[in-house]
Amino acid sequence: MRFFLESRKFLIISFAVYILLKILFANNFISAYIQQITLFAIIMTIAALGLNVIYGYTGQFSLGHAAFYGIGAYTSAYLAKIFGIEGVFSFLPVLLISGIVAGCIGYLIGIPILRLRDDFLAIATLGFGTLVRVFLDNSDRFAEMLGGSRGFVGISKITNLELTFFSALFIVLITKNLIYSRYGLFLRCIRDDELAATSAGINTSKTKLMAFSYGCMLAGVGGALYAHLYTFLHPSNFDILKSIDFLIIVIIGGMGSIRGTIYASILWVGLIEGLRIVLPVEMLDLRWVVIPVLLIALMMWKPYGLMAKK
Amino acid sequence: MELLGYIIEQTINGLQLGAVYALIALGYTMVYGVLRLINFAHGDIFMLGAFIAYFLITKFGMPIYFVFIITMLSTGLAGYLIEKIAYKPLRHAPKISLLITAVGVSLFLEYFLSLNALFTPNYIGFPRPFEIESYNFAMFTVTNVQLLIFSITFISLFLVYLLVYRTKYGRAMRAVSYDQEVASLMGIGIDGIISFTFIVGASLAGLGGILYGIAYPQINVFMGIMPGIKSFIAAVLGGIGIVHGAVLGGFIIGLLEVFVSAFISSTFRDGLIFIILLLVLILKPSGIFGKRIEKV
Repeated sequence: MRFFLESRKFLIISFAVYILLKILFANNFISAYIQQITLFAIIMTIAALGLNVIYGYTGQFSLGHAAFYGIGAYTSAYLAKIFGIEGVFSFLPVLLISGIVAGCIGYLIGIPILRLRDDFLAIATLGFGTLVRVFLDNSDRFAEMLGGSRGFVGISKITNLELTFFSALFIVLITKNLIYSRYGLFLRCIRDDELAATSAGINTSKTKLMAFSYGCMLAGVGGALYAHLYTFLHPSNFDILKSIDFLIIVIIGGMGSIRGTIYASILWVGLIEGLRIVLPVEMLDLRWVVIPVLLIALMMWKPYGLMAKK
Repeated sequence: MELLGYIIEQTINGLQLGAVYALIALGYTMVYGVLRLINFAHGDIFMLGAFIAYFLITKFGMPIYFVFIITMLSTGLAGYLIEKIAYKPLRHAPKISLLITAVGVSLFLEYFLSLNALFTPNYIGFPRPFEIESYNFAMFTVTNVQLLIFSITFISLFLVYLLVYRTKYGRAMRAVSYDQEVASLMGIGIDGIISFTFIVGASLAGLGGILYGIAYPQINVFMGIMPGIKSFIAAVLGGIGIVHGAVLGGFIIGLLEVFVSAFISSTFRDGLIFIILLLVLILKPSGIFGKRIEKV
């Protein structure tokens, strides 16, 4: 009960947002395309929140987040297809399992590589990301349905506003609770000084591993929702560029800020898709010329991110 | 005997690819040494080199030695400008902002060149600057392209080795990579050394770009991504910040890639390289020539 009281303000605001979105979504007041982008922004929030737990709170620099996002997406699409799942409620266990699969793989890969630090960890996770990409590219050798480099087609469209919004709400609440618990304190302690954390009696390797698998699990859940939103998966959606997307969101939002991650996800997706709407068709190629310039300018102006406390 | 010939030929192919990786890895390792930055834009400078050479050959029909000189000068300049414009203002910012900026520069270069008004995102055929000749030996053949690549690579690697280990600049570079603050107390101009490192690294990447274009005559604005990452792996493999480590790593990666494609399957070659990377990082994180880093 105390938990709900403490998050009262947050809950009230989110229900207001939900009702607003519901009104906008009903009667197709906003176009289907914008609806899809809105849901996508919420999904990005879930996955980016996972990276924020890994990087923002625990200080473990991961460049392979998209791999776990992809693992979640493929697991969920595969399970939903072989069990013929179409409905939202029967999809919930699949969502959970996808998250758990991504989390378990994160755990297994985390055991060896989380001993590494900084750039070496970045390179190792980058390597893992590429490995997953190669695996997905060849996945049709293991199961024809996965499609390999042709992409996974014919996924049922299950993701809707309620599912996405309440999953995100639930995950934000859980993450918030985790961060403000004793374990959350351990995480920040490891980020600030790992050696000091060890000498204070924190089992750093176990704690890092737990944070890493939790973050990967969130990526998996995000991926599962993504798979059933766009109904088409391609290995190229889960490569290094996507991992960098998540990283950019965490940095823009400010490391270790849940609110920042939420705003930054919406801002980032809004910017990428917004430029698509604003720029005329013949200028569309300019989008990826403008975005890096904005990014560099932002990094120079606010190197700690927009919402960071420093 | 046929198998032996095949193996020798694949080894030559592997060395050819490895030579290009070694040239890029040198720049990576030098920049990482002085700035502790994974310069994601380095692979794109390699791409830029190939495109400048393409432009010079097709538009001006320049003789090949001019192409080499002008391309290396221009990629060196590009490296200098990137450092001055994008990285220098962030010298004291958190490292992650610098990394994001590097990614930003990389994306900018790729997508700016892929604009339809410039080079378009399609594959472009790299013009042959000279006729290919093959020299047959008892069991294998070598082309003049391969000989050119080997000789240019070995000369430049030797020059870089002399530069880093035998000159005043090289000593300053090593000092900066060892400890920036103490080096500046010893009267080394840090900014100058960093710029110099970027110029040398970028011209080597540009050189790699031309050689790659001559050897594999299909160029694309996104072609720098994978070689860039693999060269960085090569640098890590040899021990980051160490010149001969980067060279050895480059050749190892090149050979592995070619052998996996030839004997196992070309689809798994990237996967295998990354498995090796993970193993190296887990077993010996400091790389082949690396000294033991305190508690990695």
